[in-house]
Amino acid sequence: MGIEHHLGNSFMATSISQVVGWARKYSLWPLPFATACCSIEFMSVMTSDFDIARFGAERPSFSPRQADLMLVLGTITYKMAPVMWKAYQTMAEPKWVICVGACACTGGMFDTYAVLQGIDRVIPVDMYVPGCPPRPEMILDALVKLQEKISKESINDPKYKDRVEYLNKALNPDRSAIES
Amino acid sequence: MRGLRPEQNAELMENIKKKFSNDILHMEENRGMVVIQAKKENFLTLMKSLKDDKPFMFDTLMDLTAVDYSGVKDIRFEVIYMLFSSKTLSRIRLKLSIAEKENAPSVINIWKGANWPEREVFDLMGIRFDGHPLMERLIMPDGYIGHPLRKDFPIKGLGEDYLIESILMPVKNEVNLKKEGSK
Ligand code: SF4
Repeated sequence: MGIEHHLGNSFMATSISQVVGWARKYSLWPLPFATACCSIEFMSVMTSDFDIARFGAERPSFSPRQADLMLVLGTITYKMAPVMWKAYQTMAEPKWVICVGACACTGGMFDTYAVLQGIDRVIPVDMYVPGCPPRPEMILDALVKLQEKISKESINDPKYKDRVEYLNKALNPDRSAIES
Repeated sequence: MRGLRPEQNAELMENIKKKFSNDILHMEENRGMVVIQAKKENFLTLMKSLKDDKPFMFDTLMDLTAVDYSGVKDIRFEVIYMLFSSKTLSRIRLKLSIAEKENAPSVINIWKGANWPEREVFDLMGIRFDGHPLMERLIMPDGYIGHPLRKDFPIKGLGEDYLIESILMPVKNEVNLKKEGSK
């Protein structure tokens, strides 16, 4: 834009979405929803060796109300799924989800009667981190990728409408594949 | 600390034989522990006197569990009681055979700690206990179909997608309200 050319470097012209996106991406407050061994990996992500603070997400929010980012770390059983769902519902918009580990992504090796086969059957997921457990670097990589995604989001386009549709799909699953 | 005297198990077996020879089917010593196959009649009286009477005094129910012997034994299930005496430091294991669709007697009036283990056995094995105040699922979610530790239950489950609806239930109404509002 030409206006900076006339007025020098004292200000910059941008769009409000970009500013908000920029602010949001560097102030993520993660809620570690830690249920199994993957959470040990998240602990080392928190320590100074890997240092998630470098990306502005050093403040783990153990109350969902204050969190923006839900990190699902570990096996989610059918008994635990309502709790995860409630925690997700309690988080205020805007909110994002990183799904860490094979268990949370697909059920992993626990293809059994008690384990939810992937949390995306219940809540929408933004980033999947494969591995059993994933290296701390992979969790950081997912965070950086999520930051890119957040910075591109428009504030005029809240995801909430999508979420209602997602819910409808989850509540009325397409049973034809199972029945045939 | 006092330990278990070497001859203690032999004495225990002697005493049990003297007192309960009518109530037990079989008794042996297995890996340093006395194992009793109990009869279902008078089972509660046997348990009560094992807890209260000298010289047994088995005051602690260490564990209560069950095994599915389908295809191995004639009677399908066995409920197993592990008892420990803090007075004599001896331990004992009792087995009670339960056929399919038969109920087991609840020992909750003898050891209060039997409450949750009995619910767990009901949840995972499907054995009901007579006299239990709340025979409901403990480990699996309410609304779960089947008893997963039975040998005939498929190891990967029956396809538990039907549970997803109950997971999301609290918000189903909310979503419907939203839909109606947008009309
Ligand atoms: S993916 Fe592996 S490390 Fe992570 S929770 Fe599952 S079993 Fe544990």
